Amino acid sequence: MAKNLVTPKLISEFNRFCPGCGHGLIAKMIAQVLEERGVEDDAIQVYAVGCSCFISTVIKADSIQAQHGRAPAVASGVRRARPDAVVYTYQGDGDAAAIGLSESLYAAYRNENTTAIFVNNGVFGMTGGQMAPTTLEGQKTATSIYGRNTELTGQPFKLAELIAQMPVAYVERCSLANAKLIAQTKRAIGKAFDNQLAGKGYSFVEILSPCPTNWHMDPVKAYKKLEEVVAEEYKLGVLKDSKEDSK
Amino acid sequence: MRTLMKGNDAVSEAAIRAGCRFFSGYPITPQSEIVEYMSWRLDEVGGSFVQSESELSGISMIYGAAACGLRTMGSSSGPGFDLIQEGIGYIVSAELPTLLVDVVRYGNGLGEIVPAQSDYWQVVKNGAHGDYHCLVFAPASVQEAVDLVSHAYDKSEEYLNPAILYYDGAIGQMMEPIVLPEMKEHDPNQFAWSIKGRGGEPQKQVTSKCYYEYTTPESYVENLRTKYAAIEKNEQMWESYLTEDADLIIVAYGIMSRTCKEAINVARKQGLKVGMIRPITLYPYPVNAFASLPDNLKGVVSVEMSALGQMVEDVRLAVNGRKPVYNYATGKMIPDTEEFISYVKNVLEGKEESV
Repeated sequence: MAKNLVTPKLISEFNRFCPGCGHGLIAKMIAQVLEERGVEDDAIQVYAVGCSCFISTVIKADSIQAQHGRAPAVASGVRRARPDAVVYTYQGDGDAAAIGLSESLYAAYRNENTTAIFVNNGVFGMTGGQMAPTTLEGQKTATSIYGRNTELTGQPFKLAELIAQMPVAYVERCSLANAKLIAQTKRAIGKAFDNQLAGKGYSFVEILSPCPTNWHMDPVKAYKKLEEVVAEEYKLGVLKDSKEDSK
Repeated sequence: MRTLMKGNDAVSEAAIRAGCRFFSGYPITPQSEIVEYMSWRLDEVGGSFVQSESELSGISMIYGAAACGLRTMGSSSGPGFDLIQEGIGYIVSAELPTLLVDVVRYGNGLGEIVPAQSDYWQVVKNGAHGDYHCLVFAPASVQEAVDLVSHAYDKSEEYLNPAILYYDGAIGQMMEPIVLPEMKEHDPNQFAWSIKGRGGEPQKQVTSKCYYEYTTPESYVENLRTKYAAIEKNEQMWESYLTEDADLIIVAYGIMSRTCKEAINVARKQGLKVGMIRPITLYPYPVNAFASLPDNLKGVVSVEMSALGQMVEDVRLAVNGRKPVYNYATGKMIPDTEEFISYVKNVLEGKEESV
């Protein structure tokens, strides 16, 4: 356990995330997973636009910033150009589920041998907390000031369930709501990278993450909401595991 | 060895021989032969081809592969080339090389599949937002298209800026005898910037250069101004044809220049002193071709297969008020020799209005 208390070498001392944001925790776990497997020098991270774009200043791996939503397509080009690299995408929910839905689905559809980390905090964070496809019913945001009206705007978007329809290796939804779930999140990230290293194809990990700033609550309440409210809408667990499916 | 090839196929083979090892694209007439050719040919040479779900995605894959130092190519037409613009903006901002082919079709929106030259503004000015140009090459024959491929890659890598091969559907679709270049090897690791995993070195970041490299307002501006000034100074290409004694100079590129050349030869036999400047680069625009104009010159005519006449703006800038400039925009029609000569006579007799 002691090694988990040491900051991974890949992580910079500085980050731009708000207090209580989940991105920092996820970045640390990705860095740990890469270092534990000794592949940090082979890693290429592809990110796009939104708060997730700060990942390249936090994880000091070789990085490419894609256009908004297009990280899975950019990563598909990288995958072919660098067959031996460890290629992963890091995207938020506005990025991957709204503007980049097509690229998200088609990377999965082609079963690209890459790892996708999808951070779902239910809002467009960087632009000031507007409604995202993932916003909960009744949730107040900058573009749903009376609460999300799902009759007009649709139900909270389940990207993991869609990806699980594709011929991919692995899909799991995780949460940062408590220590136990954080530990499970790290196991899922680890499995998603192990699959790539074994050439098993596309792995997708959705991580429910708090945005205290745009949820307009302190971090403690935000984590509580994640545990009690968000988890009601977004069920945790493995949605697809091709190894288990084939049994 | 001379071989007979269709324009789009020949450009594809020339790209392979220049070391292109990644292509991603989407079918659209009249460029689909490039997608088809690359789909089997790249596999033969150990490269990768992806038929993308959209041009947005295709250019994104190209961006990723280009960031890894590969020679990459994309191609499209009309509304497909619109979707490529987003990726061009990012590739420009990250200062990466790539070669894109615009096989131009006619009309706004979905338009028609017939040949045209009406994407001049989009490719030459810029189709994405911001301060940039792509290097733009406008071949007038299949052989010239083939020859420009390797040159365009070299220049794209020299200036770290996307290059566009811009030709109409006619050059894309017609077969001509050509000589193909020898096969060249391209090492993606030759560039200090190419992404491969940091391998014990410091982290490399491919993103807009304003974040990590040109971080002050002054250095960002200075970099862009220096780059495009150097391109404009060093990279102009054109052909001058019978301009020295001309009473009238035609300016035409691509397929239109061939029609014009034929008509000029006929006009000369009729005693009409007509010449031509044929831009080969559209950006940088070959302004040097207009540096000294004959004293007896009565006017300069921009001829283009577009409805409004797009290049005429650059012709006016190059002529800069010294002589009248005329706009002969032909829409989707290629004028025949008689129509052309009749227009020329009208200009010389003062019956046409200058722009």
